[in-house]
Amino acid sequence: MAVETETLETVQALTQSGYKWGFETNVEMEFAPKGLNEDIIRLISARKQEPAWMLDWRLKAFAAWQKMEEPQWARVEHPPIDYQDLHYYAAPKKKAGPKSLDEVDPELLAMYEKLGIPLKERAILAGVDPDAAEGGSRQIAVDAVFDSVSVATTFKETLSKAGVIFCPISEAIREYPDLVKQYLGTVVPVGDNFFAALNSAVFTDGSFVYIPKGVRCPMELSTYFRINARNTGQFERTLIIAEEGSYVSYLEGCTAPQRDENQLHAAVVELVTMDDAQIKYSTVQNWYPGDEHGKGGIYNFVTKRGACRGARSKISWTQVETGSAITWKYPSCVLLGEDSVGEFYSVAVTNNHQQADTGTKMIHVGRGSRSTIVSKGISAGHSNNTYRGLVRMAPTAKNARNFTQCDSLLIGDRCGAHTVPYIESRNLTAKVEHEATTSKIAEDQLFYCRQRGLSEEDAVGLIVNGFCKDVLKELPMEFAVEAQKLLAVSLEGSVG
Amino acid sequence: MLEIRGLSACIGDKEILKGIDLTVPQGEIHAIMGPNGSGKSTLGYVLSGREDYTVTGGTVTFNGANLLEMEPEARAIAGVFLAFQAPIELPGVNNANFLRTALNAVRRARGEAELDAVQFLKLARAETKRLHMRDDMLKRNVNVGFSGGEKKRNEVLQMALLRPKLAILDETDSGLDIDALKIVADGVNALRSAEFSALVITHHQRLLDHLVPHRVHVLSQGRIIRSGGPELAKELEQSGYASLIAEAA
Ligand SMILES: Nc1ncnc2c1ncn2[C@@H]1O[C@H](COP(=O)(O)OP(=O)(O)OP(=O)(O)O)[C@@H](O)[C@H]1O
Ligand SMILES: [Mg+2]
Repeated sequence: MAVETETLETVQALTQSGYKWGFETNVEMEFAPKGLNEDIIRLISARKQEPAWMLDWRLKAFAAWQKMEEPQWARVEHPPIDYQDLHYYAAPKKKAGPKSLDEVDPELLAMYEKLGIPLKERAILAGVDPDAAEGGSRQIAVDAVFDSVSVATTFKETLSKAGVIFCPISEAIREYPDLVKQYLGTVVPVGDNFFAALNSAVFTDGSFVYIPKGVRCPMELSTYFRINARNTGQFERTLIIAEEGSYVSYLEGCTAPQRDENQLHAAVVELVTMDDAQIKYSTVQNWYPGDEHGKGGIYNFVTKRGACRGARSKISWTQVETGSAITWKYPSCVLLGEDSVGEFYSVAVTNNHQQADTGTKMIHVGRGSRSTIVSKGISAGHSNNTYRGLVRMAPTAKNARNFTQCDSLLIGDRCGAHTVPYIESRNLTAKVEHEATTSKIAEDQLFYCRQRGLSEEDAVGLIVNGFCKDVLKELPMEFAVEAQKLLAVSLEGSVG
Repeated sequence: MLEIRGLSACIGDKEILKGIDLTVPQGEIHAIMGPNGSGKSTLGYVLSGREDYTVTGGTVTFNGANLLEMEPEARAIAGVFLAFQAPIELPGVNNANFLRTALNAVRRARGEAELDAVQFLKLARAETKRLHMRDDMLKRNVNVGFSGGEKKRNEVLQMALLRPKLAILDETDSGLDIDALKIVADGVNALRSAEFSALVITHHQRLLDHLVPHRVHVLSQGRIIRSGGPELAKELEQSGYASLIAEAA
């Protein structure tokens, strides 16, 4: 309850601000020349001081990508993307991979502060940070990725005491090559799809997480992605491995400056859980959505997939998608283990001319595997919001279960909501349930709220938060607050 | 003081209110009666600013302010409260949260300190108790799955918490059991003061037994055709509207 009210208060403060993450940071950058070819890939690999096997892997992916075509099946439209007109590598000029926060460019730190990211390790360690000392406030380790490189990872030492590895993936490739080799590309193969292949060829950074057997990660892990440079694609790669009986909660946030041209973001995230392990992956995606006429904004083409390899293992995806001009994203679970569990909780908001085609795939292979899908789509303005979901029951998926709840909320009458469920069942004992609703924020609901003294914006915020409640409650507390604020801001000006 | 002068309003091209004159001095309770479809709810909506209705003529001032040019929320903050004939459901919106948000919006605008969750719950519980309502009403979603009577009680609860200066009760007594009828009356009576006035729309004399009005007005086809003291309601209970309407025609 407190959370919702806080939202309303914050929204009031924000009402004139629009997209407030649209500033640009002035850091001296090093760019690779525009264009994509083997030389560029060699350059990226060299900059990252990668071993030869990694370069080979990239080149193979590049060869695969060249033979592939951009997928056309999603309900999104955009002018053709010129892949030769992008920079594939951009890094702040100071040495990549600083050893401590002291070495990080103060401009960068100032930016992260502006974004409200808790990069406070120093202060906390020195015991002078009043927020962190306060009872009940949890500590969160952060990996911050700025354009192509990871600029700072906090709490490394506390984590390493627990045996947890949390570092930029570029570092993991150098320091833990065996682990990376064993898992990279095993959940999302190099040639999985056009954007995944592109990412495999040119990914520049991202996070690597390894939770050893029986370890419950002592704090929430978080990565913050920021696209800053102009004409630069961001291709991050995240790999999380949870060994037998381990647990980790991972948060991901993203923003980008406000620009007139579109920017490309094509990430790949791979998750692996072994027996009884659990990964909770939460995203609040707030890439710049473009202006109210549909100019600018991020093209967000993302492949996220988790493999529940172990028995009773569990992967939950929770996402709040408010940003991007185009969202193309289907966080999925491959439920291999017996009695493994996959969950997908999603809120996708589109306003103005945004387009979102998002959903999930639940691939049931293991006996008794279960999955839950709760999708809440909110469309306003001239936007289009599509839920696309696949539930597949393999012949081996004895007694497997899926429950899907798919709700759409329309604000105004120029937007669209579409639901495209695919169900494939090859096992007679498997059960698939699908429920879908579409509703509108009715005039009389708004009037009722306003008659009680709420402004129209507050009324929409309240109704929308009510609509999304089942998803928001899956988010860690701090993130839920953030998400609620975002929802309200994204829908600003959508009524009246 | 509420002063309505020559108020006309239509919905689409249908004229519903056809020149209403009505003055409710501070501290007074006026009842509005009249046949179905005569425009009683419309009057309540127009006074509270519902946008579907177009005001085609007349003026409304409330404590000196021109009510008709204010947004609905500004009217609410100025103290106008409408208890809806058919309260609206807000799925997923917790009743306590809704009430607290509304109350704080009003308090903020009045320059009063906002209530935190604990302070609010204390206040809300006291009111639910006084109105003989169950606490779990606060935990449920606004009006969702409420019975007809529960919805009406919820309107009274909101009124009690928001402490309006002008309460418009649109058939808040309809669909209530006999005990609840008393709750509504008590809810209004508890607010009675020199600064409080009410427009009570009702079809039943019963409510007026508990809530003795200063004046009773009869609305028919968008006009007030008769006004009188509390005895007018009793008279109507006996004879119905037919003779009045014939007389007015
Ligand atoms: N949205 C609308 N569209 C068309 N006609 C409407 C609309 N709303 C109200 N009306 C008409 O306006 C007239 C007055 O309606 P109103 O609801 O004000 O009556 P009332 O006096 O409150 O009736 P009741 O005692 O049944 O509640 C009715 O004829 C009704 O059908
Ligand atoms: Mg009515």
